[in-house]
Amino acid sequence: MQSRTSENGLAIRAENLRRHYKMGETLISAVDGVSLEVRAGEFIALLGSSGSGKSTLLNLIAGLDRPTSGNIFVNGRDLGAMTSEELARHRRETVGMVFQAFNLMPRMTLEENVELPLRLAEVSRTERAARVLEALERVGLTPRRRHRPSELSGGEQQRSALARALVNRPQILLADEPTGNLDSRNGNEIMRRISELNSHLGMTVVLVTHERALAERFAQRTVFLADGKILGADANLLAAGEDAEPASRVP
Amino acid sequence: MKREDLFELAGRNLREAALRNSLTTLGIGVGVASLVALLSLGAGLQDLVGQRFNRSGLFNTLGVFSPRDMRSSETRSRDESANPAVLRPLDDSVRRDIAALPHVIEVYPEIRMQTDIGFAGHTLFSSVSALPPSARQSDAFENMHGKFFSGDQAPEVVVQTDFARELLEAQEIPAAEDTGSPARPSAPPAATPAASPSFPGKAPGAGATIARTGPLTAPEAAQLLGKEILLRYAERQQPAAAIAPGITPGITPDIASHAAPPTASARAGAPAKRPRPGDGVSLEAPGFSVVRRELPLRIVGIIETAPYAGLTGSSNSRVFIPVALAEKLRPVLPSSLRDLMQGTQPSETTYQALVVRLSTPTYVPATQEAIRKIGFRTFSLLDATRQLRRVFAVLDIFLAIFGSVALIVASLGIVNTLVMSVLERRREIGILKALGASDGDVKRLFFAEAGAMGIAGGLLGVALGWLIGRGINFATGIYLARQDLPRESILLLPWWLGAGAIVFSIVVSLLSGLYPAARAAKLDPVQALRYE
Ligand SMILES: Nc1ncnc2c1ncn2[C@@H]1O[C@H](COP(=O)(O)OP(=O)(O)OP(=O)(O)O)[C@@H](O)[C@H]1O
Ligand SMILES: [Mg+2]
Repeated sequence: MQSRTSENGLAIRAENLRRHYKMGETLISAVDGVSLEVRAGEFIALLGSSGSGKSTLLNLIAGLDRPTSGNIFVNGRDLGAMTSEELARHRRETVGMVFQAFNLMPRMTLEENVELPLRLAEVSRTERAARVLEALERVGLTPRRRHRPSELSGGEQQRSALARALVNRPQILLADEPTGNLDSRNGNEIMRRISELNSHLGMTVVLVTHERALAERFAQRTVFLADGKILGADANLLAAGEDAEPASRVP
Repeated sequence: MKREDLFELAGRNLREAALRNSLTTLGIGVGVASLVALLSLGAGLQDLVGQRFNRSGLFNTLGVFSPRDMRSSETRSRDESANPAVLRPLDDSVRRDIAALPHVIEVYPEIRMQTDIGFAGHTLFSSVSALPPSARQSDAFENMHGKFFSGDQAPEVVVQTDFARELLEAQEIPAAEDTGSPARPSAPPAATPAASPSFPGKAPGAGATIARTGPLTAPEAAQLLGKEILLRYAERQQPAAAIAPGITPGITPDIASHAAPPTASARAGAPAKRPRPGDGVSLEAPGFSVVRRELPLRIVGIIETAPYAGLTGSSNSRVFIPVALAEKLRPVLPSSLRDLMQGTQPSETTYQALVVRLSTPTYVPATQEAIRKIGFRTFSLLDATRQLRRVFAVLDIFLAIFGSVALIVASLGIVNTLVMSVLERRREIGILKALGASDGDVKRLFFAEAGAMGIAGGLLGVALGWLIGRGINFATGIYLARQDLPRESILLLPWWLGAGAIVFSIVVSLLSGLYPAARAAKLDPVQALRYE
């Protein structure tokens, strides 16, 4: 794959990206012509009200979904041109995901949950054990590694999910309202750790949230979405926004 | 995903819905078991029949005839008679030639004569057949009283139950004339006055104490075993030997100049027609002389049904002697008379028919061809086996279809279970995909689950089918034992059937997993993760 865009230090580049859903007669534009550039190592927040298309955009970046039209490049690779096998590999190796609903395997222990991406990536058994321990250590859950998700608090579950997202050492962390199901203390704890991953490991972070305070506190840049479109700023302004300050505001 | 991880995950998933999955597996097991049981039945029956037929010698023997004997009855032999080889008599040289062919176990003449048998001062009438040593394998000898001939030329006789019963009856009724010589041990061939009237074996009232049907009881058999009977036959002698009186002391030469052979006259059963001593001596110049002889034979065995010994059928023979002994006796046979008419050199033995026994029925066609090339006609029952095999093939197909029905129903169970599982595990599949599982990984995971159920169901089914087979064999064994019949395995589970059933079960399970696996692989992770 070409790496021209990644040479420019861009982790993610979306060009007039669209994702439509047909519901009978009506056409729902979940993502409606989004152009966006995210530099490698940047921490951006996607802010918008419910139904504005934040999750859809995130899923397109994650390679879980395919655009209806437009292009999405991650590390210079065109996700739209990838086979489903290549997309799976992209999800395995390039991105890590955290969800609002944690999405842990309920019948697996924390350890096993964190190990799952390593199994999918065919990492050897011995290395798996070491990496699982390392990831759990990072989120402070080593003592609870043999517990099942149901035996943990929401905050602990989300920390496990975070451990699982980073165990494959992805370059990009995609977090879809990771604090949505947590109280403010646990939410802050998660955000602190994500922030740490960004600052210490240089991980690119895309945070989806509808909490403006959270976005402003942790993200270097905030992108506003409404009805599938980026608001109040055009792509050039966004691309130029290198000051790590919120580039636009909700009108 | 690595295979070990795939299987581990699959095993995990199976254990999570243990009850449902074991019920599904049990369903497959029952399906496989029914298939295995039915096919074992087919295999068992086929083996039973095949074994019987092979042992009977029906299908690995073939008959050899001279086309000369068929010329009159077969029109198509006309062109063959142009070939000089065709006119070669069926004699010892031909016998040696055939014996030298590959896969030929033995070649023996078919010797069968209708003759008189002296016993306890009575004369009984029977057809006597010669048996080759290989006849011992025939199941006719399976549950016999006594044993088979001790040697190829042993002066011994095996009699059939009906005839044995006549012998028993004869023993009880005193001989009509005292002149009749009773069975003597090791009596040399000697002339006996044939004055004893033929014993009416089936005379009403005679031997009322003896059961009329069924096998002989052991004490009944014991009364006969070891006793001797006198075989009366006509020996064919070369004129030179017969002329010298010193060579055949005590032998009364008989006339053989009637149109009908001696056996034919014996068949009429009228004592008056039978040649008597002093009827006149006449030696036929161009042919051979016929000498009346008696040979004491010890009864060594009693069998219920006649074995297959030749081509014209020994089934109505009731007395059997070793074939080598029969040949040594040089009895006058219907073919002898033909030799006489056709002016064959008296020094040579010609046969009416030779029986060729091969190692397996497979070689029958090739051997038939080889013998035809020598210039003789052959006859075999192989075509009948082909027919039989076809019947069994059809039977097997039917049994397999019926057996498969249960397995197909069970496979629907797999489809159902896995589809349910896909629906239930939507979210888990979505998570797997989000974590980087490819469509193929998901597909393989469900295949592994289906395959595992197939393996487990297959093993269970074969074990179950085996148990069913054992049960049925046990039950029929008890039944057969009650009927005084030998134990038979009705169901047979050869290793290839068991292995095939397991493979089939896995294949069916994987096919059943096809749709659920495709469905799981197609699952849109965005949708799957959307709802909580
Ligand atoms: N499969 C689908 N079929 C039809 N419409 C869909 C589908 N998925 C998403 N949408 C619609 O697309 C729009 C964007 O959805 P999306 O989930 O991206 O919103 P969101 O910004 O993440 O909202 P929230 O903050 O509530 O999570 C919504 O109007 C939603 O109803
Ligand atoms: Mg959302």
